[in-house]
Amino acid sequence: MTRLFTAVGAPVVALFTYLGELVVLAGETFASIAMQKIRWRLFLNQVVEIGLKSQLVVVITGGFTGAVFAAQTFFQFNKLGMGSAVGAVVSVSLFRELGPVLTALMVTGRVGAAMSAEIGTMKVTEQIDALRALAVHPVDYLVVPRTLAMMVSMPLLVAECIGVGIAAGYFVAITLLDVSGTYYVANMVRWTLMRDIVMAMSKAYIFALLIVFISCHKGLTTREGAVGVGRSTTEAVVNGSLAVLIVNFFLTMTLNIIFPAGYQ
Amino acid sequence: MIEVRALRKKLGEQEILRGVDFGVAKGETLVIIGRSGAGKSVLLKHLVGLMQPDSGEIYIEGENIIGLNERKLAAIRRKVGILFQGGALFDSMTVEENIAFPLREAGQRDAAVIREEVAEMLEVIELEGQQQKMPVNLSGGMKKRVGLARAIIRRPSCVLYDEPTAGLDPVVSDSINQLIRRLQERYHVTSIVVTHDMKSAFHIADHIAYLHEGSIYFYGTAEELQRSSDPLLQDFLLGRSEGLP
Repeated sequence: MTRLFTAVGAPVVALFTYLGELVVLAGETFASIAMQKIRWRLFLNQVVEIGLKSQLVVVITGGFTGAVFAAQTFFQFNKLGMGSAVGAVVSVSLFRELGPVLTALMVTGRVGAAMSAEIGTMKVTEQIDALRALAVHPVDYLVVPRTLAMMVSMPLLVAECIGVGIAAGYFVAITLLDVSGTYYVANMVRWTLMRDIVMAMSKAYIFALLIVFISCHKGLTTREGAVGVGRSTTEAVVNGSLAVLIVNFFLTMTLNIIFPAGYQ
Repeated sequence: MIEVRALRKKLGEQEILRGVDFGVAKGETLVIIGRSGAGKSVLLKHLVGLMQPDSGEIYIEGENIIGLNERKLAAIRRKVGILFQGGALFDSMTVEENIAFPLREAGQRDAAVIREEVAEMLEVIELEGQQQKMPVNLSGGMKKRVGLARAIIRRPSCVLYDEPTAGLDPVVSDSINQLIRRLQERYHVTSIVVTHDMKSAFHIADHIAYLHEGSIYFYGTAEELQRSSDPLLQDFLLGRSEGLP
Protein backbone atom coordinates (compact mmCIF):
# COMPACT_ATOMS: atom_id res chain seq x y z
CA MET A 1 0.00 0.00 0.00
CA THR A 2 2.84 2.36 0.95
CA ARG A 3 4.51 1.53 -2.37
CA LEU A 4 1.33 2.38 -4.24
CA PHE A 5 1.04 5.75 -2.48
CA THR A 6 4.71 6.45 -3.21
CA ALA A 7 4.34 5.47 -6.87
CA VAL A 8 1.28 7.69 -7.31
CA GLY A 9 2.34 10.42 -4.92
CA ALA A 10 5.89 11.06 -6.14
CA PRO A 11 4.93 12.33 -9.62
CA VAL A 12 2.15 14.46 -8.11
CA VAL A 13 4.60 16.01 -5.63
CA ALA A 14 7.11 16.52 -8.47
CA LEU A 15 4.43 18.22 -10.60
CA PHE A 16 3.39 20.60 -7.81
CA THR A 17 7.04 21.32 -6.97
CA TYR A 18 7.66 22.15 -10.64
CA LEU A 19 4.59 24.40 -10.81
CA GLY A 20 5.66 26.07 -7.57
CA GLU A 21 9.12 26.77 -9.00
CA LEU A 22 7.54 28.31 -12.10
CA VAL A 23 5.37 30.55 -9.93
CA VAL A 24 8.41 31.62 -7.87
CA LEU A 25 10.35 32.40 -11.06
CA ALA A 26 7.40 34.43 -12.37
CA GLY A 27 7.17 36.29 -9.05
CA GLU A 28 10.91 37.06 -9.04
CA THR A 29 10.70 38.25 -12.64
CA PHE A 30 7.80 40.64 -12.05
CA ALA A 31 9.44 41.90 -8.84
CA SER A 32 12.63 42.51 -10.80
CA ILE A 33 10.76 44.35 -13.57
CA ALA A 34 9.15 46.57 -10.93
CA MET A 35 12.18 47.22 -8.72
CA GLN A 36 15.45 46.61 -10.60
CA LYS A 37 17.06 48.35 -13.55
CA ILE A 38 16.00 47.01 -16.94
CA ARG A 39 18.73 46.23 -19.45
CA TRP A 40 17.17 47.76 -22.57
CA ARG A 41 20.00 46.67 -24.89
CA LEU A 42 19.47 43.03 -23.93
CA PHE A 43 15.72 43.54 -24.33
CA LEU A 44 16.20 44.85 -27.90
CA ASN A 45 18.54 41.93 -28.71
CA GLN A 46 15.82 39.55 -27.55
CA VAL A 47 13.14 41.37 -29.59
CA VAL A 48 15.32 40.73 -32.63
CA GLU A 49 15.85 37.07 -31.65
CA ILE A 50 12.22 36.38 -30.75
CA GLY A 51 10.27 38.75 -32.97
CA LEU A 52 12.30 39.49 -36.05
CA LYS A 53 13.85 36.06 -36.54
CA SER A 54 10.49 34.29 -36.12
CA GLN A 55 8.97 36.09 -39.13
CA LEU A 56 9.46 33.35 -41.69
CA VAL A 57 8.14 30.53 -39.54
CA VAL A 58 5.10 32.54 -38.43
CA VAL A 59 4.27 33.74 -41.95
CA ILE A 60 4.49 30.21 -43.39
CA THR A 61 2.45 28.76 -40.51
CA GLY A 62 -0.26 31.43 -40.73
CA GLY A 63 -0.35 31.41 -44.51
CA PHE A 64 -0.71 27.69 -45.08
CA THR A 65 -3.07 27.23 -42.14
CA GLY A 66 -5.36 29.97 -43.46
CA ALA A 67 -5.16 28.53 -46.97
CA VAL A 68 -5.96 24.94 -46.03
CA PHE A 69 -8.60 25.98 -43.52
CA ALA A 70 -10.36 28.10 -46.15
CA ALA A 71 -10.28 25.20 -48.60
CA GLN A 72 -11.61 22.63 -46.09
CA THR A 73 -14.33 24.98 -44.85
CA PHE A 74 -15.37 25.70 -48.43
CA PHE A 75 -15.55 21.97 -49.30
CA GLN A 76 -17.99 21.40 -46.41
CA PHE A 77 -19.96 24.67 -46.50
CA ASN A 78 -20.38 24.73 -50.26
CA LYS A 79 -22.54 21.58 -50.05
CA LEU A 80 -24.96 23.66 -47.98
CA GLY A 81 -24.71 26.66 -50.30
CA MET A 82 -22.74 28.63 -47.70
CA GLY A 83 -19.46 29.01 -49.58
CA SER A 84 -19.36 32.76 -48.96
CA ALA A 85 -19.29 32.14 -45.17
CA VAL A 86 -15.73 30.83 -45.50
CA GLY A 87 -14.24 34.28 -44.80
CA ALA A 88 -16.06 34.61 -41.49
CA VAL A 89 -15.18 31.09 -40.31
CA VAL A 90 -11.51 31.43 -41.25
CA SER A 91 -11.22 34.85 -39.64
CA VAL A 92 -12.99 34.04 -36.36
CA SER A 93 -11.16 30.70 -36.03
CA LEU A 94 -7.81 32.31 -36.64
CA PHE A 95 -8.48 35.06 -34.09
CA ARG A 96 -9.96 32.89 -31.37
CA GLU A 97 -7.89 29.69 -31.67
CA LEU A 98 -5.59 28.95 -34.57
CA GLY A 99 -3.57 32.17 -34.67
CA PRO A 100 -2.57 32.31 -30.99
CA VAL A 101 -2.11 28.53 -30.56
CA LEU A 102 -0.14 27.86 -33.74
CA THR A 103 2.07 30.92 -33.21
CA ALA A 104 2.70 29.83 -29.61
CA LEU A 105 3.61 26.30 -30.71
CA MET A 106 6.00 27.58 -33.37
CA VAL A 107 7.57 30.09 -30.96
CA THR A 108 7.95 27.35 -28.35
CA GLY A 109 9.84 25.23 -30.85
CA ARG A 110 12.03 28.00 -32.18
CA VAL A 111 12.48 30.46 -29.32
CA GLY A 112 11.75 28.32 -26.24
CA ALA A 113 14.29 25.73 -27.32
CA ALA A 114 16.91 28.41 -27.98
CA MET A 115 16.29 30.08 -24.58
CA SER A 116 16.56 26.82 -22.71
CA ALA A 117 19.68 25.70 -24.59
CA GLU A 118 21.46 29.05 -24.19
CA ILE A 119 20.71 29.46 -20.49
CA GLY A 120 21.34 25.75 -19.86
CA THR A 121 24.76 25.96 -21.51
CA MET A 122 25.55 29.00 -19.38
CA LYS A 123 24.52 27.01 -16.31
CA VAL A 124 26.71 23.96 -16.98
CA THR A 125 29.74 26.08 -17.96
CA GLU A 126 29.53 28.09 -14.71
CA GLN A 127 28.59 31.30 -16.56
CA ILE A 128 25.49 31.67 -14.37
CA ASP A 129 27.68 31.24 -11.28
CA ALA A 130 30.01 33.87 -12.76
CA LEU A 131 27.05 36.25 -13.16
CA ARG A 132 26.03 35.68 -9.55
CA ALA A 133 29.63 36.06 -8.35
CA LEU A 134 29.78 39.40 -10.19
CA ALA A 135 26.73 40.51 -8.15
CA VAL A 136 24.33 40.23 -11.10
CA HIS A 137 21.08 38.39 -10.46
CA PRO A 138 20.44 35.83 -13.25
CA VAL A 139 16.72 36.71 -13.27
CA ASP A 140 17.54 40.41 -13.87
CA TYR A 141 20.05 39.66 -16.60
CA LEU A 142 18.58 36.64 -18.37
CA VAL A 143 14.88 36.25 -17.61
CA VAL A 144 13.61 39.85 -17.48
CA PRO A 145 14.82 40.92 -20.98
CA ARG A 146 13.40 37.70 -22.47
CA THR A 147 10.07 38.14 -20.67
CA LEU A 148 9.66 41.73 -21.82
CA ALA A 149 10.71 40.86 -25.36
CA MET A 150 8.21 37.98 -25.45
CA MET A 151 5.44 40.26 -24.18
CA VAL A 152 6.17 42.73 -26.97
CA SER A 153 6.82 40.19 -29.73
CA MET A 154 4.11 37.57 -29.17
CA PRO A 155 1.05 39.81 -29.77
CA LEU A 156 2.70 41.13 -32.92
CA LEU A 157 3.57 37.63 -34.13
CA VAL A 158 0.03 36.42 -33.41
CA ALA A 159 -1.42 39.41 -35.26
CA GLU A 160 0.90 38.72 -38.17
CA CYS A 161 -0.02 35.02 -38.24
CA ILE A 162 -3.74 35.88 -38.27
CA GLY A 163 -3.33 38.58 -40.92
CA VAL A 164 -1.34 36.33 -43.26
CA GLY A 165 -3.78 33.46 -42.61
CA ILE A 166 -6.77 35.61 -43.55
CA ALA A 167 -4.98 36.89 -46.66
CA ALA A 168 -4.03 33.36 -47.73
CA GLY A 169 -7.59 32.12 -47.06
CA TYR A 170 -8.94 34.99 -49.16
CA PHE A 171 -6.52 34.18 -51.99
CA VAL A 172 -7.45 30.47 -52.02
CA ALA A 173 -11.19 31.11 -51.74
CA ILE A 174 -11.30 33.80 -54.42
CA THR A 175 -8.80 32.56 -56.98
CA LEU A 176 -9.01 28.77 -56.64
CA LEU A 177 -12.51 28.13 -55.32
CA ASP A 178 -14.49 30.87 -57.07
CA VAL A 179 -16.01 32.37 -53.93
CA SER A 180 -17.34 35.90 -54.35
CA GLY A 181 -14.77 38.33 -52.94
CA THR A 182 -17.42 40.85 -51.92
CA TYR A 183 -19.44 38.33 -49.90
CA TYR A 184 -16.25 36.81 -48.47
CA VAL A 185 -15.10 40.17 -47.08
CA ALA A 186 -18.57 41.32 -46.07
CA ASN A 187 -19.21 38.16 -44.02
CA MET A 188 -15.75 38.26 -42.52
CA VAL A 189 -16.12 41.90 -41.40
CA ARG A 190 -19.64 41.27 -40.12
CA TRP A 191 -18.77 38.25 -37.98
CA THR A 192 -15.31 39.20 -36.75
CA LEU A 193 -15.79 41.30 -33.63
CA MET A 194 -13.55 43.34 -31.37
CA ARG A 195 -13.96 40.68 -28.67
CA ASP A 196 -12.30 38.14 -31.03
CA ILE A 197 -9.29 40.43 -31.33
CA VAL A 198 -9.19 40.92 -27.54
CA MET A 199 -9.32 37.14 -27.08
CA ALA A 200 -6.42 36.65 -29.51
CA MET A 201 -4.28 39.23 -27.75
CA SER A 202 -5.15 37.89 -24.27
CA LYS A 203 -4.03 34.44 -25.33
CA ALA A 204 -0.89 35.86 -26.94
CA TYR A 205 0.19 37.48 -23.65
CA ILE A 206 -0.57 34.42 -21.55
CA PHE A 207 1.21 32.05 -23.97
CA ALA A 208 4.19 34.42 -24.08
CA LEU A 209 4.54 34.20 -20.29
CA LEU A 210 4.06 30.42 -20.26
CA ILE A 211 6.75 29.87 -22.90
CA VAL A 212 9.31 32.23 -21.39
CA PHE A 213 8.97 30.94 -17.81
CA ILE A 214 8.98 27.26 -18.80
CA SER A 215 12.00 27.72 -21.09
CA CYS A 216 14.02 29.92 -18.71
CA HIS A 217 13.24 27.64 -15.76
CA LYS A 218 14.46 24.61 -17.70
CA GLY A 219 17.63 26.47 -18.62
CA LEU A 220 18.31 27.67 -15.08
CA THR A 221 17.83 24.19 -13.61
CA THR A 222 20.01 22.38 -16.17
CA ARG A 223 22.47 19.84 -14.77
CA GLU A 224 24.93 17.24 -16.00
CA GLY A 225 26.72 18.88 -18.93
CA ALA A 226 25.86 18.50 -22.60
CA VAL A 227 23.38 15.67 -21.94
CA GLY A 228 21.58 17.89 -19.45
CA VAL A 229 21.38 20.77 -21.95
CA GLY A 230 19.84 18.43 -24.53
CA ARG A 231 17.36 17.11 -21.97
CA SER A 232 16.40 20.62 -20.81
CA THR A 233 15.87 21.81 -24.37
CA THR A 234 13.63 18.85 -25.22
CA GLU A 235 11.67 19.24 -21.98
CA ALA A 236 11.26 22.98 -22.56
CA VAL A 237 9.70 22.36 -25.98
CA VAL A 238 7.53 19.44 -24.81
CA ASN A 239 6.36 21.12 -21.60
CA GLY A 240 5.85 24.44 -23.36
CA SER A 241 3.78 22.89 -26.15
CA LEU A 242 1.68 20.84 -23.74
CA ALA A 243 1.16 23.85 -21.48
CA VAL A 244 -0.01 25.95 -24.43
CA LEU A 245 -2.52 23.30 -25.52
CA ILE A 246 -3.85 22.58 -22.02
CA VAL A 247 -4.03 26.21 -20.91
CA ASN A 248 -5.65 27.11 -24.24
CA PHE A 249 -8.65 24.91 -23.47
CA PHE A 250 -9.24 26.52 -20.07
CA LEU A 251 -8.61 29.98 -21.52
CA THR A 252 -11.12 29.36 -24.29
CA MET A 253 -13.77 28.26 -21.83
CA THR A 254 -13.09 31.18 -19.47
CA LEU A 255 -12.66 33.87 -22.09
CA ASN A 256 -15.77 32.72 -23.91
CA ILE A 257 -17.75 33.67 -20.83
CA ILE A 258 -16.20 37.15 -20.84
CA PHE A 259 -16.04 37.56 -24.63
CA PRO A 260 -18.70 35.23 -26.10
CA ALA A 261 -18.38 34.32 -29.77
CA GLY A 262 -20.70 35.95 -32.32
CA TYR A 263 -23.62 38.32 -31.75
CA GLN A 264 -25.67 37.78 -28.60
CA MET B 1 39.00 39.40 6.62
CA ILE B 2 37.47 35.92 6.11
CA GLU B 3 36.51 33.55 8.87
CA VAL B 4 34.90 30.15 8.44
CA ARG B 5 33.39 28.35 11.44
CA ALA B 6 32.15 24.76 11.65
CA LEU B 7 31.04 24.64 8.03
CA ARG B 8 29.13 21.50 7.11
CA LYS B 9 27.65 20.49 3.76
CA LYS B 10 26.02 17.32 2.48
CA LEU B 11 25.43 16.69 -1.22
CA GLY B 12 22.96 13.85 -1.52
CA GLU B 13 24.11 11.17 0.88
CA GLN B 14 27.73 12.28 0.82
CA GLU B 15 29.00 14.61 3.55
CA ILE B 16 31.44 16.85 1.68
CA LEU B 17 32.33 19.31 4.47
CA ARG B 18 32.34 18.03 8.05
CA GLY B 19 33.08 21.08 10.14
CA VAL B 20 35.62 23.28 8.37
CA ASP B 21 37.27 26.05 10.42
CA PHE B 22 39.88 28.55 9.26
CA GLY B 23 40.58 32.25 9.00
CA VAL B 24 42.43 34.46 6.54
CA ALA B 25 43.88 37.81 7.58
CA LYS B 26 43.72 40.90 5.37
CA GLY B 27 46.32 40.79 2.59
CA GLU B 28 47.22 37.17 3.33
CA THR B 29 47.27 34.31 0.81
CA LEU B 30 45.87 31.00 1.99
CA VAL B 31 46.29 27.98 -0.26
CA ILE B 32 43.85 25.14 0.30
CA ILE B 33 45.19 21.83 -0.92
CA GLY B 34 43.69 18.38 -0.91
CA ARG B 35 43.03 15.39 -3.09
CA SER B 36 40.53 15.53 -5.95
CA GLY B 37 37.00 15.29 -4.59
CA ALA B 38 38.02 16.52 -1.13
CA GLY B 39 35.51 19.39 -1.34
CA LYS B 40 37.89 22.26 -2.12
CA SER B 41 35.78 23.80 -4.88
CA VAL B 42 32.59 23.29 -2.84
CA LEU B 43 34.26 25.15 0.04
CA LEU B 44 35.29 27.99 -2.27
CA LYS B 45 31.77 28.36 -3.66
CA HIS B 46 30.45 28.71 -0.11
CA LEU B 47 32.77 31.67 0.49
CA VAL B 48 31.03 33.75 -2.15
CA GLY B 49 27.52 32.50 -1.40
CA LEU B 50 27.17 30.37 -4.55
CA MET B 51 26.34 27.44 -2.28
CA GLN B 52 24.63 27.50 1.11
CA PRO B 53 25.93 25.20 3.88
CA ASP B 54 23.79 22.92 6.03
CA SER B 55 25.30 24.60 9.09
CA GLY B 56 28.20 26.83 10.09
CA GLU B 57 29.16 30.46 9.64
CA ILE B 58 31.18 32.46 7.14
CA TYR B 59 32.24 36.01 7.98
CA ILE B 60 33.46 38.35 5.23
CA GLU B 61 34.85 41.55 6.73
CA GLY B 62 32.87 40.81 9.90
CA GLU B 63 29.51 40.12 8.20
CA ASN B 64 27.99 36.65 8.36
CA ILE B 65 26.88 35.79 4.82
CA ILE B 66 24.97 32.61 5.69
CA GLY B 67 21.25 32.90 5.03
CA LEU B 68 21.54 36.11 2.99
CA ASN B 69 19.43 36.09 -0.18
CA GLU B 70 20.86 36.77 -3.66
CA ARG B 71 20.09 40.50 -3.48
CA LYS B 72 21.80 40.96 -0.10
CA LEU B 73 24.75 38.82 -1.17
CA ALA B 74 25.40 41.21 -4.07
CA ALA B 75 26.98 43.74 -1.70
CA ILE B 76 29.34 41.05 -0.32
CA ARG B 77 30.17 39.76 -3.80
CA ARG B 78 31.38 43.20 -4.86
CA LYS B 79 34.15 42.77 -2.28
CA VAL B 80 35.10 39.28 -3.43
CA GLY B 81 36.28 38.29 -6.91
CA ILE B 82 36.41 34.67 -8.00
CA LEU B 83 38.36 32.94 -10.75
CA PHE B 84 36.50 29.83 -11.86
CA GLN B 85 38.31 26.65 -12.84
CA GLY B 86 37.47 26.99 -16.55
CA GLY B 87 37.43 30.80 -16.54
CA ALA B 88 33.60 30.85 -16.95
CA LEU B 89 33.86 33.59 -19.57
CA PHE B 90 30.63 34.72 -21.20
CA ASP B 91 30.96 33.02 -24.56
CA SER B 92 28.75 35.51 -26.40
CA MET B 93 31.09 38.39 -25.50
CA THR B 94 34.58 39.40 -26.65
CA VAL B 95 37.53 39.52 -24.26
CA GLU B 96 37.01 43.27 -23.89
CA GLU B 97 33.29 42.89 -23.15
CA ASN B 98 33.98 40.15 -20.62
CA ILE B 99 36.52 42.23 -18.73
CA ALA B 100 34.38 45.37 -18.94
CA PHE B 101 31.24 43.52 -17.78
CA PRO B 102 31.56 44.34 -14.04
CA LEU B 103 32.21 48.02 -14.85
CA ARG B 104 29.18 48.27 -17.14
CA GLU B 105 27.03 46.50 -14.54
CA ALA B 106 28.25 48.99 -11.94
CA GLY B 107 26.85 51.77 -14.13
CA GLN B 108 30.02 52.95 -15.88
CA ARG B 109 28.92 54.34 -19.27
CA ASP B 110 32.02 56.33 -20.30
CA ALA B 111 33.52 54.30 -23.17
CA ALA B 112 36.93 55.95 -22.77
CA VAL B 113 37.13 55.05 -19.07
CA ILE B 114 36.07 51.48 -19.80
CA ARG B 115 38.63 51.16 -22.62
CA GLU B 116 41.38 52.51 -20.36
CA GLU B 117 40.52 50.17 -17.47
CA VAL B 118 40.32 47.15 -19.78
CA ALA B 119 43.67 48.07 -21.34
CA GLU B 120 45.23 48.29 -17.86
CA MET B 121 43.85 44.87 -16.95
CA LEU B 122 45.11 43.37 -20.20
CA GLU B 123 48.55 44.76 -19.39
CA VAL B 124 48.41 43.20 -15.90
CA ILE B 125 47.48 39.79 -17.35
CA GLU B 126 49.90 40.24 -20.26
CA LEU B 127 47.30 39.87 -23.00
CA GLU B 128 47.61 43.27 -24.67
CA GLY B 129 45.89 43.57 -28.03
CA GLN B 130 43.54 40.60 -27.52
CA GLN B 131 40.45 42.75 -26.85
CA GLN B 132 38.39 41.58 -29.82
CA LYS B 133 38.99 37.83 -29.50
CA MET B 134 36.08 35.58 -28.58
CA PRO B 135 36.54 33.12 -25.68
CA VAL B 136 36.27 30.16 -28.06
CA ASN B 137 39.49 31.34 -29.72
CA LEU B 138 41.48 31.51 -26.45
CA SER B 139 43.70 28.81 -24.94
CA GLY B 140 42.98 27.45 -21.45
CA GLY B 141 45.61 29.69 -19.87
CA MET B 142 44.35 32.78 -21.69
CA LYS B 143 40.78 32.08 -20.56
CA LYS B 144 41.94 31.91 -16.95
CA ARG B 145 43.84 35.18 -17.31
CA VAL B 146 40.82 36.93 -18.81
CA GLY B 147 38.61 35.43 -16.08
CA LEU B 148 41.04 36.81 -13.52
CA ALA B 149 41.03 40.26 -15.14
CA ARG B 150 37.22 40.25 -15.01
CA ALA B 151 37.32 39.22 -11.34
CA ILE B 152 39.69 41.99 -10.27
CA ILE B 153 38.72 44.94 -12.47
CA ARG B 154 36.56 46.43 -9.70
CA ARG B 155 39.43 46.00 -7.22
CA PRO B 156 37.84 43.54 -4.79
CA SER B 157 39.50 43.26 -1.41
CA CYS B 158 39.59 39.46 -1.72
CA VAL B 159 40.14 37.12 -4.68
CA LEU B 160 39.28 33.41 -4.71
CA TYR B 161 41.05 31.14 -7.20
CA ASP B 162 39.61 27.75 -8.11
CA GLU B 163 42.41 25.54 -9.47
CA PRO B 164 44.15 28.40 -11.31
CA THR B 165 46.83 26.14 -12.84
CA ALA B 166 44.81 22.96 -13.47
CA GLY B 167 45.20 21.61 -16.98
CA LEU B 168 47.94 24.06 -17.94
CA ASP B 169 51.50 23.25 -19.03
CA PRO B 170 54.31 24.05 -16.53
CA VAL B 171 55.33 27.26 -18.27
CA VAL B 172 51.80 28.68 -18.40
CA SER B 173 51.22 27.47 -14.81
CA ASP B 174 54.30 29.40 -13.72
CA SER B 175 53.07 32.52 -15.50
CA ILE B 176 49.73 32.24 -13.68
CA ASN B 177 51.57 31.86 -10.34
CA GLN B 178 53.64 34.95 -11.16
CA LEU B 179 50.45 36.78 -12.01
CA ILE B 180 48.82 35.87 -8.68
CA ARG B 181 51.95 37.08 -6.86
CA ARG B 182 51.99 40.29 -8.87
CA LEU B 183 48.35 40.97 -7.99
CA GLN B 184 49.10 40.46 -4.32
CA GLU B 185 51.95 42.94 -4.49
CA ARG B 186 50.17 45.46 -6.71
CA TYR B 187 46.68 45.49 -5.17
CA HIS B 188 47.33 43.92 -1.70
CA VAL B 189 44.34 41.62 -2.08
CA THR B 190 43.49 38.83 0.32
CA SER B 191 43.65 35.57 -1.62
CA ILE B 192 42.35 32.06 -1.17
CA VAL B 193 43.69 29.61 -3.72
CA VAL B 194 42.31 26.12 -4.11
CA THR B 195 44.76 23.82 -5.86
CA HIS B 196 46.47 20.44 -5.83
CA ASP B 197 49.49 21.86 -7.63
CA MET B 198 52.16 21.86 -4.88
CA LYS B 199 54.64 23.92 -6.88
CA SER B 200 51.99 26.60 -7.21
CA ALA B 201 51.12 26.31 -3.50
CA PHE B 202 54.72 26.78 -2.34
CA HIS B 203 55.17 29.68 -4.74
CA ILE B 204 52.24 31.82 -3.62
CA ALA B 205 51.16 30.73 -0.11
CA ASP B 206 51.54 32.57 3.17
CA HIS B 207 49.68 29.69 4.80
CA ILE B 208 48.59 26.29 3.54
CA ALA B 209 45.54 24.32 4.70
CA TYR B 210 45.16 20.63 3.83
CA LEU B 211 41.52 19.61 3.42
CA HIS B 212 41.00 15.94 4.17
CA GLU B 213 37.73 14.05 4.60
CA GLY B 214 35.74 17.25 4.92
CA SER B 215 37.81 19.10 7.50
CA ILE B 216 41.12 20.97 7.80
CA TYR B 217 43.71 18.30 8.61
CA PHE B 218 46.72 20.62 8.56
CA TYR B 219 47.17 24.39 8.76
CA GLY B 220 50.55 26.07 8.68
CA THR B 221 53.24 27.67 6.57
CA ALA B 222 54.84 26.05 3.53
CA GLU B 223 57.97 25.32 5.61
CA GLU B 224 55.95 23.66 8.37
CA LEU B 225 54.19 21.51 5.77
CA GLN B 226 57.47 20.45 4.19
CA ARG B 227 58.98 19.63 7.60
CA SER B 228 55.94 17.60 8.68
CA SER B 229 56.53 13.87 9.11
CA ASP B 230 52.80 13.08 8.95
CA PRO B 231 52.51 10.17 6.48
CA LEU B 232 49.27 11.49 4.96
CA LEU B 233 50.87 14.86 4.19
CA GLN B 234 54.06 13.27 2.95
CA ASP B 235 52.13 10.98 0.62
CA PHE B 236 50.32 13.99 -0.80
CA LEU B 237 53.50 16.08 -1.16
CA LEU B 238 55.43 13.30 -2.81
CA GLY B 239 52.47 12.06 -4.87
CA ARG B 240 52.63 8.54 -3.37
CA SER B 241 49.58 6.32 -3.82
CA GLU B 242 50.70 3.37 -1.62
CA GLY B 243 48.20 2.55 1.07
CA LEU B 244 45.33 4.29 -0.65
CA PRO B 245 42.02 2.43 -0.77
